[in-house]
Amino acid sequence: MFALPILKTARLKKVSLAFAAVLLSLSSVSVNAADPVKVGFVYVGPVGDHGWTYRHDIGRQALEAKFGDKVKTTFVESVPEGADAERVIRKLASDGHDLIFTTSFGYMNPTNKVAKQFPNVKFEHATGYKRADNVSTYSARFYEGRAVIGTMAGMMTKSNIAGYIASFPIPEVVRGINAFTIAMRKVNPDAEVRVVWVNSWYDPGKESDAAKTLIDQGADIITQHTDSPAPLQAAQERGVVGFGQASDVAAFAPDAQLTAIIDDWNQYYIDRTQAVIDGTWESQDVWHGIDSGMVGFADYNASVPDDVKAAADVIKEGIIDGSFHPFQGPINNQAGEEILAEGEVLDDGVLLGMDYYVEGVQGSLPK
Amino acid sequence: MSPESNMFVMIALTIISAATPLVYAAIGELVVEKSGVLNLGVEGMMLAGAVSGFAVAHVSGSAMLGVLAGVFAGMLLALIFAFLTLGLRASQVATGLALTIFGIGLSALMGQALIGIAYEGIPSLNIPYLSDIPVLGPLLFQHDLLVYGSFALVIAVSYFLKYTRAGLIVRAIGDSPEAAHALGYPVLRVRYLATLFGGACAGLSGCYLSMAYAPMWVESMSAGRGWIALALVVFATWQPGRLLFGAYLFGGITILQLHAQAIGINVPSQLMSMLPYVATIIVLVLISRDRGRIRKNAPASIGQAFHPTK
Amino acid sequence: MIRLEARAEPSKLMGFAAPVIALLVTLFAGLILFALLGVPVGKAFYAFFIEPLSSTYGLSELGVKAAPLIMIAVALSIGYRANVWNIGAEGQLILGGICGGAVALYFYEVEKWYVLPLMTLAGILGGMFWAAIPALLRTRFNANEILTSLMLTYIAALLLSLLVHGPLRDPDGFNFPESRLFHAAATLPIIFEGTRLHIGALVALLLVVVGWVLLSRTLLGFALKVNGQAPRAGAYAGFTQNRLIWFSLLFCGAAAGCAGLFEVAGPIGQLLPNISPGYGFTAIIVAFLGRLHPVGVVFAGLVMALSYLGGESAQISLNLPVAVTGVFQGMLLFFLLAADVLINYRVVWGRRGTAGRGASL
Repeated sequence: MFALPILKTARLKKVSLAFAAVLLSLSSVSVNAADPVKVGFVYVGPVGDHGWTYRHDIGRQALEAKFGDKVKTTFVESVPEGADAERVIRKLASDGHDLIFTTSFGYMNPTNKVAKQFPNVKFEHATGYKRADNVSTYSARFYEGRAVIGTMAGMMTKSNIAGYIASFPIPEVVRGINAFTIAMRKVNPDAEVRVVWVNSWYDPGKESDAAKTLIDQGADIITQHTDSPAPLQAAQERGVVGFGQASDVAAFAPDAQLTAIIDDWNQYYIDRTQAVIDGTWESQDVWHGIDSGMVGFADYNASVPDDVKAAADVIKEGIIDGSFHPFQGPINNQAGEEILAEGEVLDDGVLLGMDYYVEGVQGSLPK
Repeated sequence: MSPESNMFVMIALTIISAATPLVYAAIGELVVEKSGVLNLGVEGMMLAGAVSGFAVAHVSGSAMLGVLAGVFAGMLLALIFAFLTLGLRASQVATGLALTIFGIGLSALMGQALIGIAYEGIPSLNIPYLSDIPVLGPLLFQHDLLVYGSFALVIAVSYFLKYTRAGLIVRAIGDSPEAAHALGYPVLRVRYLATLFGGACAGLSGCYLSMAYAPMWVESMSAGRGWIALALVVFATWQPGRLLFGAYLFGGITILQLHAQAIGINVPSQLMSMLPYVATIIVLVLISRDRGRIRKNAPASIGQAFHPTK
Repeated sequence: MIRLEARAEPSKLMGFAAPVIALLVTLFAGLILFALLGVPVGKAFYAFFIEPLSSTYGLSELGVKAAPLIMIAVALSIGYRANVWNIGAEGQLILGGICGGAVALYFYEVEKWYVLPLMTLAGILGGMFWAAIPALLRTRFNANEILTSLMLTYIAALLLSLLVHGPLRDPDGFNFPESRLFHAAATLPIIFEGTRLHIGALVALLLVVVGWVLLSRTLLGFALKVNGQAPRAGAYAGFTQNRLIWFSLLFCGAAAGCAGLFEVAGPIGQLLPNISPGYGFTAIIVAFLGRLHPVGVVFAGLVMALSYLGGESAQISLNLPVAVTGVFQGMLLFFLLAADVLINYRVVWGRRGTAGRGASL
């Protein structure tokens, strides 16, 4: 497979680079029909985290279901972002994997470093911004989903307080908080959003504590950017409602989950693997949203009123046909000053690095 | 009930559920250490208890059986530790850490089929009339049995160590196994039993996590609570009453900093999350100044292997 | 009935044979484990023990992984001999990374020879500073270092998170929680081109020599050893208990801080929210596995590092979940630790022997 000739070039440096290049180009013409395409996945958490990694692994399974014998998938779970990541990625590459998905932001530099050493292996890095000829980046516009659930929250809250359990103050999370808040206040200008940072991606106990804290402070809507179903479980126990994150957790909170934003990587993984099989894979930057199905939703709870469902559907359709954007002016900052005029839309560059709260979010974001 | 008192009660309830797993794991380890054994594998035993309790409760439908299974699993891991350190004199510190690695792996392996499975949790007590008293009712009479159990256990351990002959033997063995052996006490047998008791308590703590606190199974769901429990034993200077105080101090500050965040306090969340650790250090410093008192309570032989021929 | 009988003096032979016996027992237990899980046993052992060592790159990675473990474990074992229970090396490592990394970022525009030495110095001082807190609290206020050093580890991790999410993050990095990549003058020289094996590995070996000389050839080493056995005896060598506590903690803080700096200036090359996969905790096992002896620590560090690399390779080549590798690693450690019993004890069959000597298992 691909890796072997490369290893040889490293060892036979003295021989001839040209010879090596011939070897390389020969081996990379196309994947031999008899050999399955090897696809590797590097996960930051355990596959059983119920959230981020769990959904990526569902995508991997979809790949196996779709291609059967034609692909062989490998995954390495709970790989710390740090010195270990590079070794794991490199090992996958040198073991003959044709396509490697590295599914956490912290893998960005290791992925690009390894990609340089393995020019014939294709890499796909989730949520990053550094690309190369053999490194694509992909991410999902989860903030579109936040706008949908924010709308529902604004219509369904009675206390006008929504509680948001957040992990780490990175742009991805801040963007979600803002999209949710803007949408909520569009339908309910009195609404406010309270944020609690638990400084962890998953710690069911702490997530549960954070949910209870927010409920105690009057929040009757709970939403989260952490992995476990614990916050919704707490909501269920205390008789309030909320939204699932990353996967459908209705089993844990049958009454409390109004709907859930679902990370759906299945189609993307299938498409990119197909591209490798066809020899058409090219480096790209993908940021898909509701329209491609990458951002999906769980079924509405039976308790969601029809007008709320209708309003949510309007937002979904507006986002799909481009008539609505979650970050559409006027948008005010926390001081109430307008930062985006009516009719304007925040561009992707600003969204990518978002590091401020909009009006309606309580508390301040540390700089 | 007024909104204020309601909020007070609810915060108190949240603190109780945050502190209970710490109390269980720590009180068990306290007895272990009192006998002169240092088992750093609390985290691993907790997870074994959590996954076993959840699995058995899910399959059998009985919370009682689940708790028993969790206790049993914790004891089983403790038995491995005891055999290695007491039977084979392996290093207690290293074996405890290895037990943590082993327990994290084993529980994750056992729990693979439990991902995505919901469990309604151990029901809370509901005593007619008593549970309905404003403020006091929910505060005192609306918990699940494990919460009451944690208080009962602390009282029982305190009584046991202070007033019973067996407790005296445990302490004597922890202070000077040689002397205790010379007096004819079975040092190793007592240490075995104490270690098993510690495992049982860690298992219970795990059960509380996976069956009451956040009823589900997720890999490594104890998220470092076993380590906090170990620190609390030191914090308590090996006294059960102080241990209860320490667990509630730690749990309380954890919850209160979440409240401060939700109100919108203008402090980075990482600094807020540091508070429980900082507070524990400060309070320890304040209560440690009395050297004599600590020396009296600290088991002198902790962590050292004992062989009767010595 | 199996009994243990104390040897008159530790067996030299068993000192070497015990790890081999442990490995054999691990192979046997692994046979059962993998058979139960339906994993091809031969392949599993190959993946765990052979494959990581079968290429030069694999060997170099073994060094990358073992170097911080050995550095920290050497220092820890000196402290543990003196009964100073520092379990917060992880926090000291993180502080070393923070301080050294901050220097690298401060000199971001300067590509001069002195940047790396300055970073190293800052890393060492950072680790020492973090270790000085439990030392001060122990000697001045009698606060138990087990608790303080552990709690300080959590605080250090949060501090790193705070800094990387804020002041130290890459100004051109779209506000993601990472610092800039360090430039060449701020990264460690590589020993073998094409690998990640950096000079930290040599520093680790140097520290082993220092530790060995300290323990076996100096008065201070003598005082540390006797302090572990009889706290007041150390004073006869002219070292008070407090001085030994200070020395143990500061020495470990320096080693851990240096290891942390080597991680960020070596294989990582920038500051991240997580810079260590628990090296500070794993080093505690390494210290005891190495029987608190600097040379033993080298072997223990290599074995421990191999068990991690083997776990990764087993995940990749056999599709094993990480859980299985944890179970296997735990078993390996159990047997290695247990086998040491053979050094000081003889296993005796039957009930004979002087009454009272030996305890039944």
